[in-house]
Amino acid sequence: MIPTLTPYAEPIYFLYLFIALAPIVIHFVSTGKRWKVYPAIVTLIFLYISFGGTHLHQGLALIAYVIFESLLTWLYHVYRVRKNSSWIFYLAVLMALLPLILVKITPFIDGQNSIFGFLGISYLTFKSVQVIMETRDGLIKEFSPLAYIRFLLFFPTISSGPIDRFRRFEKDEENDLEPSEYVEMLGQAVWKIFLGFLYKFILGYFFGQVLLPQIGLIALNKGGLSWALVGYMYCYSMYLFFDFAGYSLFAVGTSYLLGYKTPDNFNKPFSAPNIKEFWNRWHMSLSFWFRDFIYMRLMFMLIKKKVFKSRIVASNVGYFALFIIMGVWHGLTWYYIVYGLYHATLICLNDVWLRFKKKHRQSIPSNWGTKGLATFITFNAVCFSFLIFSGFLNQLFF
Amino acid sequence: MEDTILDILTDITGTDEVRNNPDINLFDEGLLDSLATVQLLVEIDGQLGVQVPVSETVREEWDTPNKIIQQVKAMM
Repeated sequence: MIPTLTPYAEPIYFLYLFIALAPIVIHFVSTGKRWKVYPAIVTLIFLYISFGGTHLHQGLALIAYVIFESLLTWLYHVYRVRKNSSWIFYLAVLMALLPLILVKITPFIDGQNSIFGFLGISYLTFKSVQVIMETRDGLIKEFSPLAYIRFLLFFPTISSGPIDRFRRFEKDEENDLEPSEYVEMLGQAVWKIFLGFLYKFILGYFFGQVLLPQIGLIALNKGGLSWALVGYMYCYSMYLFFDFAGYSLFAVGTSYLLGYKTPDNFNKPFSAPNIKEFWNRWHMSLSFWFRDFIYMRLMFMLIKKKVFKSRIVASNVGYFALFIIMGVWHGLTWYYIVYGLYHATLICLNDVWLRFKKKHRQSIPSNWGTKGLATFITFNAVCFSFLIFSGFLNQLFF
Repeated sequence: MEDTILDILTDITGTDEVRNNPDINLFDEGLLDSLATVQLLVEIDGQLGVQVPVSETVREEWDTPNKIIQQVKAMM
Protein backbone atom coordinates (compact mmCIF):
# COMPACT_ATOMS: atom_id res chain seq x y z
CA MET A 1 0.00 0.00 0.00
CA ILE A 2 1.48 3.33 -1.06
CA PRO A 3 0.87 6.15 1.42
CA THR A 4 -0.54 9.43 0.17
CA LEU A 5 2.12 12.14 0.31
CA THR A 6 2.15 15.83 -0.48
CA PRO A 7 5.09 16.55 -2.81
CA TYR A 8 8.35 17.29 -0.94
CA ALA A 9 6.59 17.54 2.42
CA GLU A 10 8.25 14.55 4.10
CA PRO A 11 11.68 12.89 3.96
CA ILE A 12 10.18 9.60 2.77
CA TYR A 13 8.95 11.37 -0.38
CA PHE A 14 12.54 12.14 -1.29
CA LEU A 15 13.55 8.53 -0.73
CA TYR A 16 10.91 7.36 -3.22
CA LEU A 17 11.96 10.14 -5.55
CA PHE A 18 15.63 9.18 -5.54
CA ILE A 19 14.87 5.49 -6.05
CA ALA A 20 12.50 6.20 -8.94
CA LEU A 21 14.80 8.70 -10.63
CA ALA A 22 18.03 6.73 -10.24
CA PRO A 23 17.60 4.82 -13.54
CA ILE A 24 16.89 8.07 -15.40
CA VAL A 25 19.97 9.72 -13.90
CA ILE A 26 22.19 6.76 -14.77
CA HIS A 27 20.83 6.61 -18.32
CA PHE A 28 21.35 10.34 -18.84
CA VAL A 29 24.87 10.31 -17.45
CA SER A 30 25.90 7.43 -19.70
CA THR A 31 24.11 8.37 -22.95
CA GLY A 32 22.52 11.83 -22.61
CA LYS A 33 19.42 10.35 -24.27
CA ARG A 34 15.90 11.06 -23.17
CA TRP A 35 13.65 8.15 -22.26
CA LYS A 36 9.98 8.45 -23.10
CA VAL A 37 8.20 5.57 -21.43
CA TYR A 38 9.90 5.21 -18.07
CA PRO A 39 9.55 8.92 -17.07
CA ALA A 40 5.86 8.66 -17.98
CA ILE A 41 5.49 5.70 -15.63
CA VAL A 42 7.34 7.58 -12.88
CA THR A 43 5.02 10.54 -13.43
CA LEU A 44 1.95 8.33 -13.03
CA ILE A 45 3.34 6.77 -9.86
CA PHE A 46 4.11 10.15 -8.30
CA LEU A 47 0.78 11.59 -9.31
CA TYR A 48 -0.79 8.56 -7.64
CA ILE A 49 1.29 9.12 -4.50
CA SER A 50 0.01 12.71 -4.23
CA PHE A 51 -3.47 12.43 -5.71
CA GLY A 52 -4.49 8.84 -5.03
CA GLY A 53 -5.42 6.90 -1.89
CA THR A 54 -7.07 9.19 0.62
CA HIS A 55 -6.79 12.06 -1.89
CA LEU A 56 -8.51 10.17 -4.68
CA HIS A 57 -11.27 12.78 -4.96
CA GLN A 58 -8.51 15.25 -5.87
CA GLY A 59 -7.10 12.81 -8.36
CA LEU A 60 -10.46 12.52 -10.08
CA ALA A 61 -10.81 16.30 -10.14
CA LEU A 62 -7.33 16.51 -11.68
CA ILE A 63 -8.25 14.02 -14.41
CA ALA A 64 -11.48 15.89 -15.16
CA TYR A 65 -9.55 19.16 -15.25
CA VAL A 66 -6.93 17.87 -17.67
CA ILE A 67 -9.57 16.42 -20.01
CA PHE A 68 -11.53 19.67 -19.93
CA GLU A 69 -8.52 21.92 -20.61
CA SER A 70 -7.16 19.63 -23.31
CA LEU A 71 -10.50 19.61 -25.16
CA LEU A 72 -10.82 23.37 -24.79
CA THR A 73 -7.30 24.06 -26.02
CA TRP A 74 -7.73 21.63 -28.91
CA LEU A 75 -11.02 23.25 -29.93
CA TYR A 76 -9.50 26.71 -29.74
CA HIS A 77 -6.55 25.56 -31.78
CA VAL A 78 -8.82 24.12 -34.49
CA TYR A 79 -10.70 27.41 -34.54
CA ARG A 80 -7.55 29.57 -34.55
CA VAL A 81 -6.15 27.84 -37.63
CA ARG A 82 -9.09 29.26 -39.59
CA LYS A 83 -10.18 32.41 -37.84
CA ASN A 84 -9.03 34.86 -35.17
CA SER A 85 -11.88 36.68 -33.49
CA SER A 86 -11.05 38.48 -30.26
CA TRP A 87 -14.34 37.45 -28.67
CA ILE A 88 -13.74 33.77 -29.21
CA PHE A 89 -10.28 34.26 -27.72
CA TYR A 90 -11.67 35.99 -24.62
CA LEU A 91 -14.28 33.28 -24.31
CA ALA A 92 -11.60 30.59 -24.53
CA VAL A 93 -9.53 32.29 -21.81
CA LEU A 94 -12.61 32.63 -19.62
CA MET A 95 -13.44 28.95 -20.13
CA ALA A 96 -9.86 28.00 -19.24
CA LEU A 97 -10.23 30.01 -16.04
CA LEU A 98 -13.65 28.60 -15.23
CA PRO A 99 -12.58 25.58 -13.13
CA LEU A 100 -10.34 27.81 -10.99
CA ILE A 101 -13.06 30.45 -10.61
CA LEU A 102 -15.54 27.77 -9.53
CA VAL A 103 -13.07 26.38 -7.00
CA LYS A 104 -12.37 29.84 -5.56
CA ILE A 105 -16.03 30.89 -5.31
CA THR A 106 -17.71 27.67 -4.20
CA PRO A 107 -16.65 27.91 -0.52
CA PHE A 108 -18.42 31.28 -0.28
CA ILE A 109 -21.66 30.02 -1.77
CA ASP A 110 -21.71 26.47 -0.49
CA GLY A 111 -19.68 26.72 2.68
CA GLN A 112 -17.58 23.79 1.52
CA ASN A 113 -14.81 23.07 -0.91
CA SER A 114 -15.62 22.52 -4.55
CA ILE A 115 -15.49 18.96 -5.81
CA PHE A 116 -13.46 20.28 -8.75
CA GLY A 117 -10.59 21.39 -6.53
CA PHE A 118 -7.20 19.73 -6.27
CA LEU A 119 -3.75 20.71 -5.06
CA GLY A 120 -2.09 22.87 -7.71
CA ILE A 121 -5.16 23.87 -9.74
CA SER A 122 -4.08 27.52 -9.79
CA TYR A 123 -0.67 26.61 -11.14
CA LEU A 124 -2.12 24.38 -13.84
CA THR A 125 -4.48 27.18 -14.79
CA PHE A 126 -1.53 29.50 -15.45
CA LYS A 127 -0.18 26.90 -17.84
CA SER A 128 -3.51 26.37 -19.59
CA VAL A 129 -4.19 30.08 -20.10
CA GLN A 130 -0.67 30.65 -21.35
CA VAL A 131 -1.02 27.98 -24.05
CA ILE A 132 -4.29 29.52 -25.28
CA MET A 133 -2.74 33.00 -25.39
CA GLU A 134 0.31 31.84 -27.31
CA THR A 135 -1.90 29.83 -29.66
CA ARG A 136 -3.72 33.04 -30.44
CA ASP A 137 -0.42 34.83 -31.05
CA GLY A 138 0.45 32.12 -33.55
CA LEU A 139 3.48 31.09 -31.52
CA ILE A 140 2.15 27.64 -30.70
CA LYS A 141 1.33 26.33 -34.13
CA GLU A 142 0.57 22.72 -33.46
CA PHE A 143 -1.51 21.08 -30.82
CA SER A 144 -0.37 17.69 -29.68
CA PRO A 145 -2.60 16.42 -26.89
CA LEU A 146 0.16 14.23 -25.55
CA ALA A 147 2.69 17.08 -25.38
CA TYR A 148 0.09 19.33 -23.78
CA ILE A 149 -0.85 16.81 -21.12
CA ARG A 150 2.81 16.08 -20.42
CA PHE A 151 3.35 19.81 -19.89
CA LEU A 152 0.36 20.16 -17.56
CA LEU A 153 1.11 17.03 -15.56
CA PHE A 154 4.87 17.50 -15.17
CA PHE A 155 4.91 16.17 -11.62
CA PRO A 156 7.91 17.98 -10.05
CA THR A 157 6.14 21.34 -10.36
CA ILE A 158 2.50 20.27 -10.24
CA SER A 159 1.59 21.42 -6.73
CA SER A 160 3.08 24.94 -6.58
CA GLY A 161 5.15 25.69 -9.66
CA PRO A 162 7.51 27.19 -10.79
CA ILE A 163 5.27 27.99 -13.74
CA ASP A 164 7.08 26.85 -16.86
CA ARG A 165 6.38 27.99 -20.44
CA PHE A 166 5.08 25.50 -22.98
CA ARG A 167 7.56 26.40 -25.73
CA ARG A 168 10.50 26.26 -23.35
CA PHE A 169 9.35 22.92 -21.95
CA GLU A 170 8.91 21.51 -25.47
CA LYS A 171 12.45 22.51 -26.38
CA ASP A 172 13.78 20.45 -23.47
CA GLU A 173 11.41 17.64 -24.31
CA GLU A 174 12.59 17.40 -27.93
CA ASN A 175 16.32 17.63 -27.38
CA ASP A 176 18.74 15.11 -25.98
CA LEU A 177 21.59 16.33 -23.82
CA GLU A 178 25.31 15.88 -23.96
CA PRO A 179 26.26 13.61 -21.05
CA SER A 180 28.65 16.33 -19.83
CA GLU A 181 25.82 18.87 -19.96
CA TYR A 182 23.62 16.55 -17.93
CA VAL A 183 26.38 15.95 -15.39
CA GLU A 184 26.51 19.68 -14.84
CA MET A 185 22.73 19.80 -14.37
CA LEU A 186 23.02 16.87 -11.98
CA GLY A 187 25.49 18.84 -9.88
CA GLN A 188 23.17 21.83 -9.81
CA ALA A 189 20.23 19.57 -8.97
CA VAL A 190 22.02 18.09 -5.97
CA TRP A 191 23.03 21.57 -4.80
CA LYS A 192 19.50 22.89 -5.17
CA ILE A 193 17.87 19.98 -3.39
CA PHE A 194 20.28 20.16 -0.46
CA LEU A 195 19.93 23.93 -0.23
CA GLY A 196 16.19 23.25 -0.27
CA PHE A 197 16.58 20.94 2.75
CA LEU A 198 18.37 23.73 4.62
CA TYR A 199 15.76 26.29 3.60
CA LYS A 200 12.55 24.37 4.07
CA PHE A 201 13.24 21.76 6.73
CA ILE A 202 15.65 23.72 8.92
CA LEU A 203 15.24 27.49 8.48
CA GLY A 204 11.61 27.45 7.32
CA TYR A 205 10.73 25.00 10.08
CA PHE A 206 12.54 27.06 12.71
CA PHE A 207 10.89 30.36 11.73
CA GLY A 208 7.49 28.92 10.89
CA GLN A 209 6.90 26.11 13.37
CA VAL A 210 9.16 26.96 16.30
CA LEU A 211 9.38 30.73 16.52
CA LEU A 212 6.25 32.01 14.81
CA PRO A 213 3.58 30.41 17.04
CA GLN A 214 5.31 31.76 20.17
CA ILE A 215 5.67 35.30 18.84
CA GLY A 216 2.11 35.11 17.55
CA LEU A 217 0.83 34.20 21.01
CA ILE A 218 2.66 37.10 22.63
CA ALA A 219 1.36 39.52 20.00
CA LEU A 220 -2.20 38.28 20.47
CA ASN A 221 -1.94 38.61 24.25
CA LYS A 222 -0.63 42.17 24.00
CA GLY A 223 -3.18 43.03 21.36
CA GLY A 224 -3.01 45.94 18.94
CA LEU A 225 0.35 47.32 17.92
CA SER A 226 3.27 45.86 19.79
CA TRP A 227 6.93 44.97 19.37
CA ALA A 228 5.82 41.37 19.22
CA LEU A 229 3.77 42.23 16.15
CA VAL A 230 6.88 43.71 14.53
CA GLY A 231 8.72 40.52 15.43
CA TYR A 232 5.89 38.50 13.93
CA MET A 233 6.22 40.46 10.71
CA TYR A 234 9.91 39.67 10.25
CA CYS A 235 9.58 36.12 11.44
CA TYR A 236 6.68 35.40 9.08
CA SER A 237 8.59 36.98 6.18
CA MET A 238 11.57 34.72 6.84
CA TYR A 239 9.31 31.71 7.13
CA LEU A 240 7.51 32.56 3.88
CA PHE A 241 10.75 32.98 2.00
CA PHE A 242 12.57 29.90 3.30
CA ASP A 243 9.53 27.67 3.04
CA PHE A 244 8.59 28.63 -0.51
CA ALA A 245 12.13 29.11 -1.81
CA GLY A 246 12.94 25.68 -0.32
CA TYR A 247 9.98 24.09 -2.05
CA SER A 248 10.93 25.80 -5.32
CA LEU A 249 14.49 24.51 -5.05
CA PHE A 250 13.14 20.96 -4.70
CA ALA A 251 10.87 21.42 -7.70
CA VAL A 252 13.60 22.89 -9.89
CA GLY A 253 16.22 20.38 -8.67
CA THR A 254 13.91 17.44 -9.40
CA SER A 255 13.19 18.86 -12.86
CA TYR A 256 16.93 19.03 -13.53
CA LEU A 257 17.29 15.38 -12.52
CA LEU A 258 14.68 14.58 -15.17
CA GLY A 259 16.59 16.70 -17.70
CA TYR A 260 14.30 19.75 -17.73
CA LYS A 261 15.55 23.25 -16.99
CA THR A 262 12.49 24.51 -15.13
CA PRO A 263 13.02 28.23 -14.41
CA ASP A 264 14.07 29.36 -10.94
CA ASN A 265 11.61 31.08 -8.65
CA PHE A 266 13.83 33.17 -6.37
CA ASN A 267 16.95 35.26 -6.90
CA LYS A 268 18.01 36.87 -3.60
CA PRO A 269 14.76 38.87 -3.36
CA PHE A 270 15.69 40.69 -0.15
CA SER A 271 18.68 42.30 -1.81
CA ALA A 272 16.41 44.23 -4.19
CA PRO A 273 16.94 48.01 -4.06
CA ASN A 274 13.34 48.77 -5.06
CA ILE A 275 9.93 47.13 -5.37
CA LYS A 276 10.12 46.68 -9.11
CA GLU A 277 13.39 44.85 -8.74
CA PHE A 278 11.91 42.87 -5.86
CA TRP A 279 9.25 41.45 -8.21
CA ASN A 280 12.00 40.52 -10.65
CA ARG A 281 13.48 38.40 -7.89
CA TRP A 282 10.54 37.07 -5.83
CA HIS A 283 8.36 34.18 -7.06
CA MET A 284 9.75 35.02 -10.47
CA SER A 285 7.82 32.50 -12.54
CA LEU A 286 4.58 33.99 -11.19
CA SER A 287 5.52 37.65 -11.52
CA PHE A 288 6.90 37.09 -15.04
CA TRP A 289 3.68 35.31 -15.93
CA PHE A 290 1.67 38.29 -14.73
CA ARG A 291 4.04 40.64 -16.52
CA ASP A 292 3.89 38.81 -19.87
CA PHE A 293 0.30 37.63 -19.93
CA ILE A 294 -1.57 40.36 -18.09
CA TYR A 295 0.39 43.59 -17.67
CA MET A 296 2.06 43.79 -21.09
CA ARG A 297 -1.02 42.63 -22.99
CA LEU A 298 -3.25 45.06 -21.18
CA MET A 299 -0.74 47.86 -21.76
CA PHE A 300 -0.53 46.98 -25.43
CA MET A 301 -4.29 47.34 -25.77
CA LEU A 302 -4.47 50.53 -23.68
CA ILE A 303 -1.64 52.24 -25.54
CA LYS A 304 -2.65 51.09 -29.02
CA LYS A 305 -6.25 52.19 -28.58
CA LYS A 306 -5.09 55.34 -26.79
CA VAL A 307 -7.50 54.75 -23.93
CA PHE A 308 -5.55 57.06 -21.66
CA LYS A 309 -3.83 60.22 -22.80
CA SER A 310 -0.97 59.75 -20.41
CA ARG A 311 1.24 56.67 -20.59
CA ILE A 312 1.91 57.07 -16.89
CA VAL A 313 -1.78 56.77 -16.06
CA ALA A 314 -2.06 53.77 -18.38
CA SER A 315 0.90 52.13 -16.70
CA ASN A 316 -0.53 52.71 -13.23
CA VAL A 317 -3.88 51.26 -14.29
CA GLY A 318 -1.94 48.25 -15.58
CA TYR A 319 -0.17 47.80 -12.25
CA PHE A 320 -3.38 47.96 -10.27
CA ALA A 321 -5.06 45.47 -12.59
CA LEU A 322 -2.08 43.13 -12.26
CA PHE A 323 -1.82 43.25 -8.50
CA ILE A 324 -5.55 43.12 -7.81
CA ILE A 325 -5.77 40.00 -9.97
CA MET A 326 -2.76 38.58 -8.15
CA GLY A 327 -4.43 39.32 -4.81
CA VAL A 328 -7.71 37.72 -5.84
CA TRP A 329 -5.82 34.74 -7.21
CA HIS A 330 -4.29 34.15 -3.75
CA GLY A 331 -7.80 33.96 -2.35
CA LEU A 332 -10.98 35.94 -1.89
CA THR A 333 -10.19 37.44 1.51
CA TRP A 334 -9.69 41.07 2.34
CA TYR A 335 -6.05 40.72 3.28
CA TYR A 336 -4.97 39.20 -0.04
CA ILE A 337 -6.73 41.98 -1.89
CA VAL A 338 -5.20 44.65 0.37
CA TYR A 339 -1.85 42.95 -0.20
CA GLY A 340 -2.37 43.43 -3.94
CA LEU A 341 -3.48 47.05 -3.60
CA TYR A 342 -0.54 47.79 -1.32
CA HIS A 343 1.98 46.42 -3.82
CA ALA A 344 0.31 48.24 -6.72
CA THR A 345 0.57 51.48 -4.75
CA LEU A 346 4.21 50.83 -3.91
CA ILE A 347 5.14 50.11 -7.49
CA CYS A 348 3.37 53.25 -8.75
CA LEU A 349 5.18 55.34 -6.13
CA ASN A 350 8.40 53.61 -7.09
CA ASP A 351 7.79 54.72 -10.68
CA VAL A 352 7.22 58.32 -9.57
CA TRP A 353 10.55 58.19 -7.78
CA LEU A 354 12.34 56.59 -10.73
CA ARG A 355 11.04 59.32 -13.06
CA PHE A 356 12.09 62.01 -10.59
CA LYS A 357 15.52 60.44 -10.26
CA LYS A 358 15.95 60.28 -14.04
CA LYS A 359 15.19 63.98 -14.33
CA HIS A 360 17.49 65.05 -11.51
CA ARG A 361 20.24 62.53 -12.13
CA GLN A 362 23.04 65.02 -11.42
CA SER A 363 21.81 66.30 -8.08
CA ILE A 364 20.89 62.95 -6.45
CA PRO A 365 23.79 61.11 -4.87
CA SER A 366 24.21 57.43 -5.67
CA ASN A 367 26.64 55.38 -3.63
CA TRP A 368 26.73 52.26 -1.51
CA GLY A 369 25.11 54.22 1.33
CA THR A 370 22.05 55.21 -0.69
CA LYS A 371 21.88 51.71 -2.19
CA GLY A 372 21.97 50.23 1.29
CA LEU A 373 19.24 52.55 2.46
CA ALA A 374 17.11 51.73 -0.59
CA THR A 375 17.52 48.01 0.05
CA PHE A 376 16.65 48.47 3.72
CA ILE A 377 13.49 50.45 2.90
CA THR A 378 12.45 47.92 0.25
CA PHE A 379 12.99 45.03 2.65
CA ASN A 380 10.80 46.62 5.32
CA ALA A 381 8.08 47.61 2.86
CA VAL A 382 8.02 44.03 1.60
CA CYS A 383 7.95 42.52 5.10
CA PHE A 384 5.00 44.73 5.93
CA SER A 385 3.21 43.43 2.84
CA PHE A 386 3.80 39.88 4.07
CA LEU A 387 2.32 40.78 7.44
CA ILE A 388 -0.83 41.78 5.57
CA PHE A 389 -0.58 38.63 3.47
CA SER A 390 -0.21 36.37 6.53
CA GLY A 391 -3.75 37.12 7.67
CA PHE A 392 -2.43 37.64 11.20
CA LEU A 393 -3.91 41.16 11.30
CA ASN A 394 -7.25 39.55 10.66
CA GLN A 395 -6.78 37.42 13.75
CA LEU A 396 -5.46 40.34 15.73
CA PHE A 397 -8.07 42.97 14.91
CA PHE A 398 -11.23 41.12 13.88
CA MET B 1 13.37 49.49 -41.69
CA GLU B 2 16.46 49.36 -39.50
CA ASP B 3 16.42 53.12 -39.37
CA THR B 4 12.78 53.27 -38.33
CA ILE B 5 13.40 50.86 -35.48
CA LEU B 6 16.47 52.77 -34.33
CA ASP B 7 14.44 55.99 -34.47
CA ILE B 8 11.70 54.45 -32.35
CA LEU B 9 14.28 53.12 -29.90
CA THR B 10 16.04 56.47 -29.65
CA ASP B 11 12.69 58.06 -28.98
CA ILE B 12 11.62 55.60 -26.31
CA THR B 13 14.93 55.28 -24.50
CA GLY B 14 15.71 58.99 -24.86
CA THR B 15 19.33 58.35 -25.81
CA ASP B 16 21.45 58.06 -28.97
CA GLU B 17 23.33 55.26 -27.31
CA VAL B 18 21.15 52.74 -29.19
CA ARG B 19 22.58 54.03 -32.49
CA ASN B 20 26.16 54.34 -31.31
CA ASN B 21 26.20 50.94 -29.72
CA PRO B 22 23.64 48.61 -31.31
CA ASP B 23 24.77 45.70 -29.14
CA ILE B 24 24.05 47.47 -25.89
CA ASN B 25 21.95 45.44 -23.46
CA LEU B 26 18.79 47.52 -23.13
CA PHE B 27 17.40 45.79 -20.04
CA ASP B 28 20.66 45.68 -18.08
CA GLU B 29 21.28 49.36 -18.82
CA GLY B 30 17.79 50.23 -17.63
CA LEU B 31 16.88 51.67 -21.04
CA LEU B 32 13.99 49.31 -21.66
CA ASP B 33 11.43 47.83 -19.30
CA SER B 34 8.15 46.04 -19.89
CA LEU B 35 6.22 49.28 -20.45
CA ALA B 36 8.81 50.60 -22.90
CA THR B 37 8.80 47.24 -24.68
CA VAL B 38 5.05 47.54 -25.15
CA GLN B 39 5.47 51.09 -26.51
CA LEU B 40 8.07 49.73 -28.89
CA LEU B 41 5.69 47.01 -30.11
CA VAL B 42 2.87 49.51 -30.61
CA GLU B 43 5.18 51.76 -32.65
CA ILE B 44 6.55 48.89 -34.73
CA ASP B 45 2.98 47.87 -35.44
CA GLY B 46 1.97 51.45 -36.30
CA GLN B 47 4.98 52.48 -38.35
CA LEU B 48 6.03 49.23 -39.99
CA GLY B 49 2.80 47.26 -39.86
CA VAL B 50 4.62 44.35 -38.26
CA GLN B 51 2.75 42.75 -35.41
CA VAL B 52 5.15 41.28 -32.91
CA PRO B 53 3.24 39.32 -30.25
CA VAL B 54 4.04 40.27 -26.68
CA SER B 55 5.12 36.75 -25.79
CA GLU B 56 7.72 36.89 -28.56
CA THR B 57 9.72 39.46 -26.63
CA VAL B 58 11.62 36.92 -24.56
CA ARG B 59 14.23 39.05 -22.88
CA GLU B 60 17.29 37.10 -24.04
CA GLU B 61 16.22 37.40 -27.66
CA TRP B 62 15.12 41.00 -27.44
CA ASP B 63 17.72 42.76 -25.32
CA THR B 64 19.86 44.69 -27.85
CA PRO B 65 18.93 46.96 -30.80
CA ASN B 66 20.53 44.51 -33.22
CA LYS B 67 18.60 41.55 -31.85
CA ILE B 68 15.34 43.51 -32.01
CA ILE B 69 15.98 44.40 -35.66
CA GLN B 70 16.69 40.75 -36.42
CA GLN B 71 13.53 39.58 -34.67
CA VAL B 72 11.37 42.10 -36.49
CA LYS B 73 12.95 41.15 -39.83
CA ALA B 74 12.11 37.54 -39.12
CA MET B 75 8.50 38.49 -38.47
CA MET B 76 8.05 40.49 -41.69
